[in-house]
Amino acid sequence: MRHTLAVLVENNPGVLARVAGLFSRRGFNIDSLAVGRTERPDVSRMTIVVEGDDRVLEQVTKQLHKLVDVIKINDITPDEYVDRELVLIKVNCEPARRGEIMQVADVFRARIVDLGRKTVTVECTGNEGKINAFEESLRPYGIKELVRTGKIAMLRGNRSTSLDGKKDDE
Amino acid sequence: MKKSGAEILVQGLMDQGVDTIFGYPGGAVLPIYDALYDANIKHILTRHEQGAAHAADGYARASGKAGVCLATSGPGATNLVTGIANAYMDSVPMVAFTGQVAQALLGRDSFQEADITGITLPVTKHNYIVKDIRDLAMIIKEAFHIATTGRPGPVLVDIPRDISGGEVEYKDPGPVNLPGYRPVLEGTEEQLNKAAAAILASERPVIYAGGGVINSGAHEELKKLAELLVAPVTTTLMGLGGFPGDHPLFLGMLGMHGSRYANYAVCEADLIIAVGARFDDRVAGKFDRFAPGARIIHIDIDPAEIGKNVRADIAIVGDVRVVLNQLLPRLQAKLPGAWQEKIDLWKKEYPITYVENGRLKPQQVIREIYNVTGGKARITTEVGQHQMWAAHYYTFTRPRSFISSGGLGTMGYGFPAAIGVQVACPDEVVFDIAGDGSIQMNIQEMATAVNYNLPVNVAILNNGFLGMVRQWQELFYNRRYSYTELINPDFVKLAEAYGAVGLRVDKAADLKPALEQAVRTNRPVVLDFIIDREDNVLPMVPPGESLENMIG
Repeated sequence: MRHTLAVLVENNPGVLARVAGLFSRRGFNIDSLAVGRTERPDVSRMTIVVEGDDRVLEQVTKQLHKLVDVIKINDITPDEYVDRELVLIKVNCEPARRGEIMQVADVFRARIVDLGRKTVTVECTGNEGKINAFEESLRPYGIKELVRTGKIAMLRGNRSTSLDGKKDDE
Repeated sequence: MKKSGAEILVQGLMDQGVDTIFGYPGGAVLPIYDALYDANIKHILTRHEQGAAHAADGYARASGKAGVCLATSGPGATNLVTGIANAYMDSVPMVAFTGQVAQALLGRDSFQEADITGITLPVTKHNYIVKDIRDLAMIIKEAFHIATTGRPGPVLVDIPRDISGGEVEYKDPGPVNLPGYRPVLEGTEEQLNKAAAAILASERPVIYAGGGVINSGAHEELKKLAELLVAPVTTTLMGLGGFPGDHPLFLGMLGMHGSRYANYAVCEADLIIAVGARFDDRVAGKFDRFAPGARIIHIDIDPAEIGKNVRADIAIVGDVRVVLNQLLPRLQAKLPGAWQEKIDLWKKEYPITYVENGRLKPQQVIREIYNVTGGKARITTEVGQHQMWAAHYYTFTRPRSFISSGGLGTMGYGFPAAIGVQVACPDEVVFDIAGDGSIQMNIQEMATAVNYNLPVNVAILNNGFLGMVRQWQELFYNRRYSYTELINPDFVKLAEAYGAVGLRVDKAADLKPALEQAVRTNRPVVLDFIIDREDNVLPMVPPGESLENMIG
């Protein structure tokens, strides 16, 4: 099963290497990892999607906790949460077919962000399923280049996984 | 007041109560060595950085304080790696300081540059590279805090040359604040009550104790627990000395080279109380067939150890000593019964023993070291057959008296570790029990022992083989002794060349006088025991088997 972990870490150099190294040497599989700063400049947040059964998840969480730079870990998989990914796709496109691609983009609420002589570049945000569907819809036109950010996620409602927030705060 | 980075380091060491460090100078640590020149800290110059790391490790295990080692950048730092990994696997508090090239040269493949924080990432509890001299004092404080609290382990601090050579207005770093590091020391009421109920309901309990008992100083509590429950106690290699080896409830070690009665007891137990132990594969055998009929209570300070290798039915995360003190008042005394009788029968039926054949037997040598030292020596070992014989035939009655490389299995550990132990315990008798293979992996430290007049005794069980590998080749590879026979130097002459005393013993009659002479001699002594060449460590559980399937 896939789990989504919200991991708060000290914003120290090398913290990404520590986390990535831990996953590889213990044989855990990362599906996606996204990292960036948070509302506090000294704290970064990683959203890690990891594949494994309960035993693996327990080990992942415990081993992550052993890293001194890791402050807080929440497995938000069982909770209601919003998750988003951003994708940029550069599609082959003769000027005559631009309209067609713009229509596809409209359906997914994607935006054209750049035009080349024979390409268009579109951006789209959404959950993983939507991004996958968008990618499939553009595939027939010929995808020249594609880049995804990896998933970021946040609990719904009043609850939060931030440093001071309690996951169980209703 | 302005201080250089090197002076801040010295100040930090003094503030942490460090009076001894083990190290080796070089270009990138010149400012630090200059500050050490008139510091009130004893520096032991080893002859190889690996020796410094192992000596710091031995010092830490004997004293319970953090061991400190220091090396220069590049090869100096990489030479520490085995010693750091060794300390990591055995949970030894250690702080390793390395020099680094100046920050302006970092990342340019500069002379003697190595990414030592990258290299040691998987084998340190935590590590630092100091990028701002204003952080140095706090980093030193944090390093010692992390190394010595919770589950102990090595911490490395990499100090670029411009930091150690730079200057700053010195400020006391204040208290340590690490939001991501909060070891849990006490067990929860709920888990303690569950454990107490399971213990009271059990009829065939076995206590399985590891190095955590020694690290947390829980040997008295462990003894109380065992005596209260009349529960037999088996220990890991790391746990030897955590329970008196001469106690009637002691079963010896379990696992691959455990006693039959310890392994049989584990297999037939209805309750295993694991205390500061981590179910290593050499201990547990086949994980899914470990103690098949038992509920397992696992007490450990490291939550990640719970359920890692073997399931735990009841887990108590906390410091072993604290948890045992919480648990003991919840228990009632038990009386011996059929279980204890059965174990006593096994003990009589399957003693760990050997057959005399006229040649000098390694087991005899260990037993005689025990007799001559009255069981009071601090014993270190290398890794191999001699290590297992030392574990079997020297009776360890107090914690920190058996000091050996368990997790990493580092040949070459014992001799430098013995130097560290002798520095920590100047008035005690220290023996490194070695093999003829292992001793040559850090033999250069003979110069260190002589240099500082450390009267370490090295007992080489010399069989002209890499004995443990030869044993496996005999048992599992059809006696094809592929590259395990050793052509050795004359260890007596070698000792003398270094300025130590060398003695050779090849018959049992000479054992006692030679050992008595060694103990009397206030200089390093090398004892070359020419032993039976193809003796085996038995009984043993073949690799990948469950514990009841012992051979020999």
